[in-house]
Amino acid sequence: MIQEQAKILSNQKIADQVYKMEIETTLSSQSAPGQFVEIQVPGYYLRRPISICEIQEGILTIIYKVLGDGTKVMSKMKAGETIDLFGPCGTGFPIENRDTVLLAGGGVGVPPLYECAKQYRNKNTNVQVVLGFNSKKDVFYVDEFEQLGCSVYVSTMDGSYGVKGTIMDALKEHAIEPDFVLACGPLPMLKAIDASAKEGYVSLEARMACGIGACMGCVVELVEGGVARVCKDGPVFLIGKVKL
Amino acid sequence: MIDLHVELPGLSLKNPIIPASGCFGFGKEYAALYDLSLLGGLAIKSATPQYRAGNPTPRIAETPSGMLNAIGLQNKGVDSIIENELPFLANYDTEIIANVAGACEEDYVEVIQKLNDQPVIKAYELNISCPNVKHGGIGLGTDPVLAAHVTKLCKEAATKPVYVKLSPNVTNIVEIAKAVEEAGADGLVLINTLLGMRIDLKTGKPLLANKTGGLSGPAIKPVAIRMVYQVAQAVNIPIIGVGGITCAEDVLEFLNAGASAVEVGAQNFVDPYVCKTIIEELPSVLERYGYRSLQEAVGRSFKDE
Repeated sequence: MIQEQAKILSNQKIADQVYKMEIETTLSSQSAPGQFVEIQVPGYYLRRPISICEIQEGILTIIYKVLGDGTKVMSKMKAGETIDLFGPCGTGFPIENRDTVLLAGGGVGVPPLYECAKQYRNKNTNVQVVLGFNSKKDVFYVDEFEQLGCSVYVSTMDGSYGVKGTIMDALKEHAIEPDFVLACGPLPMLKAIDASAKEGYVSLEARMACGIGACMGCVVELVEGGVARVCKDGPVFLIGKVKL
Repeated sequence: MIDLHVELPGLSLKNPIIPASGCFGFGKEYAALYDLSLLGGLAIKSATPQYRAGNPTPRIAETPSGMLNAIGLQNKGVDSIIENELPFLANYDTEIIANVAGACEEDYVEVIQKLNDQPVIKAYELNISCPNVKHGGIGLGTDPVLAAHVTKLCKEAATKPVYVKLSPNVTNIVEIAKAVEEAGADGLVLINTLLGMRIDLKTGKPLLANKTGGLSGPAIKPVAIRMVYQVAQAVNIPIIGVGGITCAEDVLEFLNAGASAVEVGAQNFVDPYVCKTIIEELPSVLERYGYRSLQEAVGRSFKDE
């Protein structure tokens, strides 16, 4: 893990309230798909945990939604400015030997799946991607996944883009069997995946303080008993492991 | 360069910087970032006699210049801590302080009896001030008679010095401090977190599952400074100051208020290297303000010059 003042290369709006930031940082050399960085926003006390969307040599890309005052400040940051990063934190998605992988993302749960898609495509794995959003104005990264050679399916709750309904409706519509799934998104979506997928991993969100496993602020209960820290043992957990 | 060494009951600190209990786990996560032997001491996470699951989540909420937590003393119990955590800490040259908690007086005594023959533990810190548990904790820490009684029982059981960590959620901190001094405490740690609350505007309900939580971070530093200042003039036992420290200048402010050493808490979450940085910068900060020794700074705010 590294803490550094990193240089913002770009910070652009890509959907309603959703921004993509490219950062020049040495953290990239240690990062894995599904991990997150802790961002210090000037004027706010705790760091913001934001998942890593893409890892390139010397560059990390993050995608974040403006949900509160802290992310609002982030959305106003400009290329050339510096940003205080710490990370990479957490245990990410494993890249296994599989014939086919289904990536299921909902809203701001989509970004960490992009690096997964890239790394699985590099292994010539067949990658299916199902993305769920509320409405057409919220949709992002469909083209980017397609350019990697993934089969992409989209659902929106209001039916303004793709299949009307949730990603589960999209899976049904396209007759996709969730055998091995990597999922990240809102809790109801993760519960549905957890219940229907044969194997795979889910990535959780939590209110965190330390981000490195020391404070016990972000624990989840395990099915087998006991607890795990989302920030350190997760955010990615084996399907069926966590009480969702 | 100014020598940062501090001698306190049971604690030979190479510098006055101690990560606060609950903010540093048992050191493992931070040991991946820097050498724990740089630290003066380390106050490990609260130990209770049995496993405690802690509170439901959310347990964390951000506030202006600080945060609320309601962890609820989650820990695996003293036996597991002895078996799984203390051997790792024995690898480091730093003074380990065991934070002791419980739901009743007997719990405190039981934890101390089990830790007495652990050489890695150099002193106890009685947590009679946790605001996030229903029994014990703050209940014992807000009444001078109860605080003195648990202190006395722990002193009788302990083979190592006993520090008492006081709650700021009281009308008269001096009264409680004097009561635990009278009961035999070897030192005081002040302050623990201030009881606070946040409400989620989307739901109209408390943000924390526990509803209330303990406020920490820079927001509470002036309260902590005031309490250290008041208590330091009223007792003859050393004080470890804690509350909102983020930099070496903050440490100097606590020394001036009357603290002999300090604990650094929530800032470890924001700046994981903060203790290391403070240790590096403290000598030059002391020199900048004209001190020739650390001791000269202690209690300067109320001493005649």
